[in-house]
Amino acid sequence: MIDKNKHLNKSFYEEGTTKKARGIVSWLLSTDHKRIGIMYLCALAVFFFCAMILGVLMRLETIAPGETIMKAQTYNTLFTLHGVTMVFLFIVPGIPVVFGNFFLPILIGAKDVAFPRLNLLSFWIYLIGAFIILLSLFLPGGPIDTGWTFYIPYSVRTGTNVSLPLFGAFVLGFSSILTGINFITTIHRMRAPGMSYFKMPLFVWSLYATSWIQILATPVVGITLLLVILERIFGIGIFDPALGGDPILFQHMFWIYSHPAVYIMVLPAMGVVSEIIPTFTRRTIFGYKAIAISSLAIAFLGYLVWAHHMFVSGLSQTAAMVFSFLTFIVALPSAIKVFNWLASMYRGSIDLKPPFLWVLNFILLFTIGGLTGLVLGALATDVHLHDTYFVVGHFHYVMFGGTGTIFIASLFYWFPKMFGKMYNIKWASRSAILFFIAFNTLYFPMFILGYEGMPRRYYDYLPQFTTLQVISTIGSWLMFITIISIIINVVHSLVKGKVAEANPWGGVTLEWHIKSPPPLLNFNSIPQITNEPYDFSQLKTMKYKPMGEVYEI
Amino acid sequence: MKYNENTLDYVPTHEVHRDDVGARMGMWLFLFTELLLFGGLFVTYAVYRFLYYPDFKIASLELNVTIGTLNTIILLTSSLTVVLAISFLQKNNRNLTILFLFITDLLAVIFLINKYFEWTAKIHHGIFPGSEHLMSLPNGQILFYGLYYVMTGLHALHIIIGIIFITIILIFTANGSVNSNNYVKLENAGLYWHLVDIIWIFLFPFFYLIQ
Amino acid sequence: MNDEHNDFTNHNTSIYKHLLVWVSLLVFTSITVTVAGLNLGSYALIIAVTIAIIKSSLVLNIFMHIKYEDLIFKIFLTIGGFTIAVIFLLTSFDYLYR
Repeated sequence: MIDKNKHLNKSFYEEGTTKKARGIVSWLLSTDHKRIGIMYLCALAVFFFCAMILGVLMRLETIAPGETIMKAQTYNTLFTLHGVTMVFLFIVPGIPVVFGNFFLPILIGAKDVAFPRLNLLSFWIYLIGAFIILLSLFLPGGPIDTGWTFYIPYSVRTGTNVSLPLFGAFVLGFSSILTGINFITTIHRMRAPGMSYFKMPLFVWSLYATSWIQILATPVVGITLLLVILERIFGIGIFDPALGGDPILFQHMFWIYSHPAVYIMVLPAMGVVSEIIPTFTRRTIFGYKAIAISSLAIAFLGYLVWAHHMFVSGLSQTAAMVFSFLTFIVALPSAIKVFNWLASMYRGSIDLKPPFLWVLNFILLFTIGGLTGLVLGALATDVHLHDTYFVVGHFHYVMFGGTGTIFIASLFYWFPKMFGKMYNIKWASRSAILFFIAFNTLYFPMFILGYEGMPRRYYDYLPQFTTLQVISTIGSWLMFITIISIIINVVHSLVKGKVAEANPWGGVTLEWHIKSPPPLLNFNSIPQITNEPYDFSQLKTMKYKPMGEVYEI
Repeated sequence: MKYNENTLDYVPTHEVHRDDVGARMGMWLFLFTELLLFGGLFVTYAVYRFLYYPDFKIASLELNVTIGTLNTIILLTSSLTVVLAISFLQKNNRNLTILFLFITDLLAVIFLINKYFEWTAKIHHGIFPGSEHLMSLPNGQILFYGLYYVMTGLHALHIIIGIIFITIILIFTANGSVNSNNYVKLENAGLYWHLVDIIWIFLFPFFYLIQ
Repeated sequence: MNDEHNDFTNHNTSIYKHLLVWVSLLVFTSITVTVAGLNLGSYALIIAVTIAIIKSSLVLNIFMHIKYEDLIFKIFLTIGGFTIAVIFLLTSFDYLYR
């Protein structure tokens, strides 16, 4: 009996799945979903930081027309690597591999995912893919310069190293697929007794929809990248017009994945928003079913719109019209979510803690991004704006202002649970405001630049664009400072932070019912679910309540 | 750890949590990724067949329908043998299971040997990606052969993986870790194998039987 | 709880039924080869694809057991098939109308 209690009081840092609980090997060989989530967090943070530096350097080059600090070839390489790193190494794995891995089993009352060893394999494959891409930077020929979209014919003809990073991306695809398989099986097979599908937290719904996209879309880009590699090595002719191939077919196959991929990026973020809002408004979410179903709808509709990236490529006019129409439709479920979130705040008891402030950032920035997406989705305006800075502005608003913001929000929401410590709340709140200012300074000018005709991926430009480019570069410095302040806050708190209570925010989903950090098997006994997911009347009887709080429902 | 329903608590045991339905579900999900992988290639095939139908027809005549049909029969039979292996294990006849898994492997190897002869014959005639002779043919035919090599090549790679998978399960059956009470790994190997068969069911008419 | 997780497929498709499916597959194969020799013009593709789909259905339902699995497996398969179909359909909008 004594042994059992001792076991139950240990956190997952003190007890692992390997013989020794501590030391780096025990982490690298751990099948514990929580440790895997944290290892992913470390890797993602490193890659985000590297890609951010590349971005800062890019903006230093574009602060003035002409060659400023680097040649055109270098600039091409930088925007390619910035894109490849951000997309494949940070955002696509993103929230699912860090917070999905850590919290999915806990949120459904399970002790781990369905296939823990496969989960560890996913992480190892991710590292191997990253390493392969890294390797390609140092081989003769130089780093890849095709843009992260690898368009034919340049990706076949360029002398830089293309086959290796493409193969690295192919390997990364496997990591994504295995995570998707794991999550879907976990959600179907391992929910605690009483947790029907419509009692699952909304983050779980979003991870479910995301996992389907990972499974069904990733293989298509996998085979596409493979075909480009074969084209480079064997000259098969699949995409070569001289041999009868169609370069536009490459674009079709590439975007058949890459459009649903952006929903892989944003759906989990939307799921976290649906978790944070109830906790910081102390009331249940408005329209639970609508938000749950809209996640599935976005996943489904996301498959139908890919060619809106190709309107000016030579696509048939009929296809262009069909895809433009479908693009307008996919905006609808996202809008439903935004309206439901806003309605959830009405008459709520709002607590302006950092996670909530960051969610506000998300709603504002993502909405701007989404609306500008509609501008691009309309055929007539897209003809003018395609391949301009307007597109760059649009996708940074949705990906960085959207998912990036929520990645940070998730960190500030779940930090006390994951690490058992609290961070500096004042600084986290200030960084939210600083972020909003920096972000708009950096990216809003891009809409104007694009509208005025500045093309994307150009390191040189006409003098009339200079003012806005300077403003944007200043924004990049502000952004750099903001990110550094967040990193300092997080790292300092990990080392010297105060011990956190188990439920500092007053949340009611299952992770707040267990201690911080969680024990190895998450729960002392399998929970029996009777409540709705955001039922705050539970606070009265929960084991862990926020200290010193009066919680009138 | 085992969950004790009476005390609602965990008790250390050596038992591993087992979920056969979950294991099969995971395998099916993986098969969908294979479906989409080849699906992308089939889309490419469909586009170029639509654009270059006459050339595809001419190029297809160069392929040997007899060998193709033979390979189809071989693969269909190997699907039968693997399914019978499962049936025999359900009836607790370990020896027949191992025999039929071995026959499955054998049939797969014969398929690969046939493929090898087909490919070497083509290469001997100067028809391979990048060859001078191939480049002199009309574009549609170049694309046909490009797709032929890529798709049958990728399929052959999956056959090799399947052989390894089945052999591993054969070994597990021999040493008892796959048995009549615990054979989901065998079922999953079978599922993978049937998918490889289904892909060939479509490859065969698309490359060998163009009218 | 534990029993539910340990249910292996305990339906027993008879060996006879498996053999029957195998023979059908061989029959359909011979049909498809014969049809290819006839001159059916634009119907040839439809017939070949239809026969391939029939053969695949037999493999999926009987050999791969999906007929006997829980409904969720069939829903999954439909989702997968639907995705492929959508990709074919929408891509065709480009190439048919260039």
